[in-house]
Amino acid sequence: MSWLGELFTDYTLRTVALGSASLGLVAGALGAFAVLRRQSLLGDAVSHAALPGIVLAFMLTGAKTPLVLVLGAALAGWTASLLVMLIVRTTRIKLDTALGLVLSTFFGLGLLLMSIVQRSAGAGQAGLDRFLFGQAAALVGDDLKTMAALGALVLIVLVMMWKEFKLLSFDPAFAGALGLPVRFIDIVLTTLLVVAIVIGLQTVGVVLMSAMIVAPAAAARQWTDRLGRLVILSGVFGAASGLTGAVLSSLVPRLPTGPTIILVVTTITVVSLFIAPRRGLLTERLRRGRQRRRVRADSVLADLYRLAAQHADPAQAPHAAEALQTMSAQAGVREGLKQLTEQGLVESDPDGLWRLTDAGLARGAELIGGVS
Amino acid sequence: MSIPHLEILAIAVVTAAGCSLVGVFLMLRRMAMLSDAISHAILPGIVVAFFFTHDLASPWLMIAAVLTGLLTVVLVETLTRTRRLKEDAAMGLIFPALFSLGIVLITRYAGDIHLDVDAVLLGELAFAPFDRFVVGGADLGPRHLWVMGGVTLLNLLAVTVFFKELKLATFDAGLAASLGLAPAAIHYGLMALVSVTAVGAFDAVGLILVVALMVGPAAAAYLLTDRLGLLLVLAALLGAVAAGLGFALALWLDASIAGGIAVGVGLVFLVVFLVAPGRGFVAVVLRRRRQRWDFAQVMLAIHLIQHEGGPDEDDESRVEHLHGKHVGWTPAFTARVVGGAEKRGLVELDAGRLRLTDPGREAAGRALSGTGS
Repeated sequence: MSWLGELFTDYTLRTVALGSASLGLVAGALGAFAVLRRQSLLGDAVSHAALPGIVLAFMLTGAKTPLVLVLGAALAGWTASLLVMLIVRTTRIKLDTALGLVLSTFFGLGLLLMSIVQRSAGAGQAGLDRFLFGQAAALVGDDLKTMAALGALVLIVLVMMWKEFKLLSFDPAFAGALGLPVRFIDIVLTTLLVVAIVIGLQTVGVVLMSAMIVAPAAAARQWTDRLGRLVILSGVFGAASGLTGAVLSSLVPRLPTGPTIILVVTTITVVSLFIAPRRGLLTERLRRGRQRRRVRADSVLADLYRLAAQHADPAQAPHAAEALQTMSAQAGVREGLKQLTEQGLVESDPDGLWRLTDAGLARGAELIGGVS
Repeated sequence: MSIPHLEILAIAVVTAAGCSLVGVFLMLRRMAMLSDAISHAILPGIVVAFFFTHDLASPWLMIAAVLTGLLTVVLVETLTRTRRLKEDAAMGLIFPALFSLGIVLITRYAGDIHLDVDAVLLGELAFAPFDRFVVGGADLGPRHLWVMGGVTLLNLLAVTVFFKELKLATFDAGLAASLGLAPAAIHYGLMALVSVTAVGAFDAVGLILVVALMVGPAAAAYLLTDRLGLLLVLAALLGAVAAGLGFALALWLDASIAGGIAVGVGLVFLVVFLVAPGRGFVAVVLRRRRQRWDFAQVMLAIHLIQHEGGPDEDDESRVEHLHGKHVGWTPAFTARVVGGAEKRGLVELDAGRLRLTDPGREAAGRALSGTGS
């Protein structure tokens, strides 16, 4: 737990942790909308497409000021997302193909430019390739300020246009009918997504940043049906995984930051998929099992009640489990009897015969509903 | 051009053709992003197989990679089927995770071996000529040329032999199933082909080119034809052109060949996107503009026919009354519409008043009766 102490004293570690947490927070919050709108893979295209923007910004200004590089990335990512929209709107090419096309050609352009810069600029360019897989350890105070400012801006706009974004995500046709400028809102939301992506590029890298958009939201979606909670929870998951992953990779040698953060956030998502209340796969299986057992116990009880009802004194009429088995279409009569015993609805006598308790009689009457 | 350059070009062109063939079906089935997903996700398969074999040339690496590719498809489908996530989110979740796993394994446990992260991503086409295929001491050319030649032949063979099956399963899976064509088998067969192609190309040209070459040429060809056979041929051709163009670009700039070819793919698509007859951007914009004028001219004819012979005919047919007062057009727009309609012979201008000609009356009548103009 010594790293916890270092977190507050070690400047580098604190920068890394804060930066990664804020990138996770913003990406998670905006990702919730992307996932809801089935645009999960748009993040993939935008983050790959940001590469030429970063390199061009460096080529044109010769500076590695975080704000300049981030602006270049945002401009390229934004152009890419508009191109995708243009291709889908004006041709018969579908979204998936447009995404793949724009993603790969922009990224290719980035590689092309990067190889030129690497050849001509020599040592000056060192650090550009950390945008590929991210390097949290290289974050400095300036980066942090840029990330925090842009992230805050994104979140403020998100809160201000909450109602519009909500409507756009769930019923764009209705939003249009209300007279809202749907295309404009769409572009604003996409722009926020682009900014959320580019502020994480330096830490997570262009190749994997898309997962920071998808995974926290996919995890959060399992826990809630309400948009507000979804966005907050998704941001929290994003921040937690950014923090954990970045700190892990700073402490363990030869553990690349981007992939580590992605593995952490994927773990959160997988766990959520299984254990989230109501929607969790494991939770559902358990609930189904419980339901099945309850139905089985009920049917055994009902059968025993029917047998008992044939007698003058129902409470005093014991029956063999075998008799119940002949009445039941399904297996598990003994299992059901065991459960009913635990609930105090039936009891067995020393001969191994079963009879209803008073509570069992009442419950049986309730189940049969006077039909007998 | 030197021999190594020719060899690189040959590898690029053959890879482009092979990728385009399967890419067409991915695109038509709206699964283009699977090229991205599979090409990233095979990395851990390769790495794990390498840990066992310690031989980068071992065929087990290929086999493991292909299996990992198929595993990715199955994982995405399984996750989608639980209905907890939509397909795009499932894909966006799984392949970065597998790719991350691969990267972490490489950097942590295989840092000293030749399995360089950059090479995986960017490709090392420039070094491809040094990797020879040698049998019994005889140099038969670059190894990647043989591998990709084989993969492309396999794709060509599969697409030719199962053309009918692939076509039907792609366009009407229901009918394919009812005819006993087993669309599921075709689906996984295609996925296996995509994985094999991705693995071969991944090794030869890097993974970003796998995506570019599978998606780009197919998309460009899709704007040029409606026929599947022609689509496949065009995609392979455009892919080869893009590879050649991109290679030339990279040589000229003395820059990354993989990057150059990806840009070449983008350029080829851009040209087709702009000028494709009928479906290109220019054609679409021109058609929409023409339709706007056609529509306005017909609207003018309808306006005139409504008032023809009525008490307000004289007032309604005055050009200066069309804008603002009656139809609500701007003066400039009105002038263009009237001019156009006059040129087409729909109306005649007579002392500031518009009169319908017989063709004009017919056009309005056709539009009003709903049979189009």
